[in-house]
Amino acid sequence: MDELLRDFLTESGESLTVVDGEMVKLEADPNNREVLQKIFRLVHTIKGTCGFIGLPRLEKVAHAAENVLGKFRDGVIRVTPDSVTLIFESLDRIKEILAGIEQAESEPLGDDADLIERLGVLAALDGRESSKIGADGEADPFGPEVTTLAAEPLIAVISADAVRVAAGEPVVAEALALPAVKTGEAPLANQSIRVNVDVIEQLIVMVSELVLTRNQLLEMVRHSNDSEFKVPLQRLSNVTAELQESVMKTRMQPIGNAWAKLPRIVRDLGAELGKKIELQMHGAETELDRQVLELIKDPLTHMVRNSADHGLETPAERKASGKGEQGTITLRAFHEGGHIIVEIADDGRGLPLDKIKAKALTNGLVSEGELGRMSEAQVQRFIFHAGLSTAQKVTNVSGRGVGMDVVRSNIELIGGSIDLKSRQGHGTTFTIKIPLTMAIISALIVGVSDMRFAIPQICVRELVRASEGSDTKIERINRTSVLRLRDRLLPLVRLSEVLNVSTGRDGDPAEAYIVVAQAAGQTFGIVVDTVYDTGEIVVKPVCSILKDIPVFSGNTILGDGSVIMILDPNGVAAAVAGEVGTRNAAEDALGGMVADSEPKQSLLLFRAGSPEPKAVLLGAVTRLEMVDAQKIERSDGRHVLQYRGNLMPVITSLAGSLSREGAQPILVFSEGDHTVGVAVDEILDIVEATLKFELSAAGSGVIGTSVVKGRATEVIDIAFHVSDVFQSWFSKRSSGRGRPSILLVDDSPFFRTMVAPQLMAAGYDVTEAGNAELALRLMGEGKSFDIILSDICMPGMDGRQFAAAVKRDPGWRETPVVGLAADTDENDPGVFDALTRKFDREGLIQTINGFIHTQERAA
Amino acid sequence: MNKVASVGHEYVTVMIGSQMFGIAIGLVNEIFKPELLKPVPLSHPDIAGVLNLRGRIVTMIDCRRRLGIAAGEGVQDHMAVGVERDGDHYGLLFDGAGEVLRFSQDQIEPPPVNLDPHWKRVSKGVFRMESGLLVLLDVSILLDFGRKAAA
Repeated sequence: MDELLRDFLTESGESLTVVDGEMVKLEADPNNREVLQKIFRLVHTIKGTCGFIGLPRLEKVAHAAENVLGKFRDGVIRVTPDSVTLIFESLDRIKEILAGIEQAESEPLGDDADLIERLGVLAALDGRESSKIGADGEADPFGPEVTTLAAEPLIAVISADAVRVAAGEPVVAEALALPAVKTGEAPLANQSIRVNVDVIEQLIVMVSELVLTRNQLLEMVRHSNDSEFKVPLQRLSNVTAELQESVMKTRMQPIGNAWAKLPRIVRDLGAELGKKIELQMHGAETELDRQVLELIKDPLTHMVRNSADHGLETPAERKASGKGEQGTITLRAFHEGGHIIVEIADDGRGLPLDKIKAKALTNGLVSEGELGRMSEAQVQRFIFHAGLSTAQKVTNVSGRGVGMDVVRSNIELIGGSIDLKSRQGHGTTFTIKIPLTMAIISALIVGVSDMRFAIPQICVRELVRASEGSDTKIERINRTSVLRLRDRLLPLVRLSEVLNVSTGRDGDPAEAYIVVAQAAGQTFGIVVDTVYDTGEIVVKPVCSILKDIPVFSGNTILGDGSVIMILDPNGVAAAVAGEVGTRNAAEDALGGMVADSEPKQSLLLFRAGSPEPKAVLLGAVTRLEMVDAQKIERSDGRHVLQYRGNLMPVITSLAGSLSREGAQPILVFSEGDHTVGVAVDEILDIVEATLKFELSAAGSGVIGTSVVKGRATEVIDIAFHVSDVFQSWFSKRSSGRGRPSILLVDDSPFFRTMVAPQLMAAGYDVTEAGNAELALRLMGEGKSFDIILSDICMPGMDGRQFAAAVKRDPGWRETPVVGLAADTDENDPGVFDALTRKFDREGLIQTINGFIHTQERAA
Repeated sequence: MNKVASVGHEYVTVMIGSQMFGIAIGLVNEIFKPELLKPVPLSHPDIAGVLNLRGRIVTMIDCRRRLGIAAGEGVQDHMAVGVERDGDHYGLLFDGAGEVLRFSQDQIEPPPVNLDPHWKRVSKGVFRMESGLLVLLDVSILLDFGRKAAA
């Protein structure tokens, strides 16, 4: 292709992108002469160049558009959405013709007469319209749709400051301080040159090599004392570092380049969907690597489309929910510790949790029980899974099969990560974290056996050293390793197992390092033998015959000259998922737990006394311990164990006998300051199951028998077994009639999930309701409850209103209603029969027991 | 693969086990002594590992394994032939240092029909030398890990 033509195509392409963006601005602010001037100049340049290199068709369209823009500029015709749309149409036509030229190297055939005629009609609309401008030009500059241009026929080259001067604002000093040259851009043009991308790529490769060589030299010199090379090498090192930085800079481009097309897209979408959308962009000047930029362009566009299509509501819906008619999509980019953070936020309806859940279930991504235990955030993250578009209907805009899973994999491909926060009714924010550059990353070098591997720092959360005998140690459930980390169970994966490398021993090492990593929406620990150091590494792609090993994303050369593989945390995460499934996916700290109507319970299965499995509700268990059997002492006829500085009673009624030596598994239950251990023979597994009890006779120490994992399993009444130790803890349960039932009303699913198992363990049937309305409905359905627990502070009908409603109902008047106060200032029971503190479980259970006893005596 | 006919007449000879092989000289970048060879977990068993050759990462192929030659057969003077394929660098491990031989196309015979199918796939022909037979290696087939049959 002719070089002149190629340059023209590149330049026009860039100009048109700018014009698109500026036109959107102009539509929003028709009085902005600076913007108008810029648009006019760019279109004028395109037209001029067309004439010069002989592209008549293009020239005609550009000329007609320029005419209209000229009339805008001169204030002869007004900027209206219709006229802007027409200009956009012309711009699209110009792009179309340019694309044709790029393919065929000559103008494609086509007829633009219709478009040119319409542009002509618009341009001819002078006089009549313009006469009005003089009269009310300043009167209503922010009028709803039709906004007029400034009345004064201002000179062509004009700055924002000058406009303010004209408007009579006292900006004289500022105006004086400004240098005379405000036209600005011409001298700038001479300071930059166009360089072929290949040249820059080549430079990067060379610099990478140089960095490697430098590292190797440094490593060599480090091992020799008093080397004469030391000083010159230091200089070489500095120069290399600077060179690396400078060359990297040549690849840097403002992220605004990737955003340039978005205003236009959003405008068109708004028109198409009948929504009012404002697009705000912050941090467009944030720079990042060209290659990275190219790769995030499409995901970004896709996400903005998603926000506009699914995220934001229609003006009517927004109004109905008390928001302004205009929805806002905010793009924000900034640097944070060697990474770029890009946020895409909308103030729309938020992610529909129920729909995501339903979809995840139908698509078999998760079982109902697993779903029940998932936090909102975890459920929301399902949208990153394949085949989970929440769009109700496939619109022209999105829902075309390209889902967030593609977005996620594209972002992870460049070593980035994506997460989201969403609040129903308030909007959704996606956060993308991407490395500044793909060529050089910082990494943690770890060792397994005698091999070393690099783990990209971006996904390393923290480093934990686990050793036998300390609080931080690796524990096993069945054959799965877990680490208890700040009250969360972290699934562990052994790097040696993932990589199938022999470590020359079985089982857990006495000491190990755990790299807590986050990838593919999971947090997990990677167990390694050693951690060497962290450092900048140059990522090199692996050769094609090693490409299909999913746990490696590349390789690199270390300072000592050896080649090591870079682990792909996503690949490792897949290995974790394969090993332990999603049930161990680490919870967010205090992540809201969601319970279904028929809750599945987590059960701890163990063996004690007999070969049949037994179970306790996992929620009731505080810890699992393996203790040296010889450490269990006898005192006052009881077994006790020195545990964390205290004497802990050990109950042996389940196991029957204790082992004399070796390891004794103990389930630890605690409540407030009290701790009690229950000795069992063997801890088997943790499972999810819906408890359908065959109730046992009270006092047998068994709540009932339920089928768990296909086997009849006794669910142990822990309260019964520990009751002789702590009378006050779990009071004697009622006997003689069925289990008393409790209606638990609380808007916090977390609280419900926390309390319900406790109440069940204390011998009550619990029915949960997420709000007062639901509770009243359940009560109206003929269900019977012995006692009602209600949160006081709830959205909608609050606890006191609810209690009052219960007391008004003749059928329920006698049922005690206990208020759960989160706030210690809340002391007046009012309509409640009693108040209790929300997080004082002992007090709560005592209160309930009190009422139940009274009822029993009355009955 | 650049199978340039004009240079196809010159071959670098290498010993793998007790058998002599020839590799078209146009394909050979260099002959080097492998150092700091690091195994790659989970990789194909015929891949000996990766190493750094002057700032370039080279994937090393264990030719003995690939050709099914038992370890211990023949000399063990580890050397490697550096070749390039699709922009990636590979090193073919062999046992004895070689020399460059020159012969014309008509001296090359097709591999005998009764040759081990393994070998037949990777050999482009056989050259009769006074001291013995030389098998011409088809490097692109040797490096083709996509088709499992080659292994």
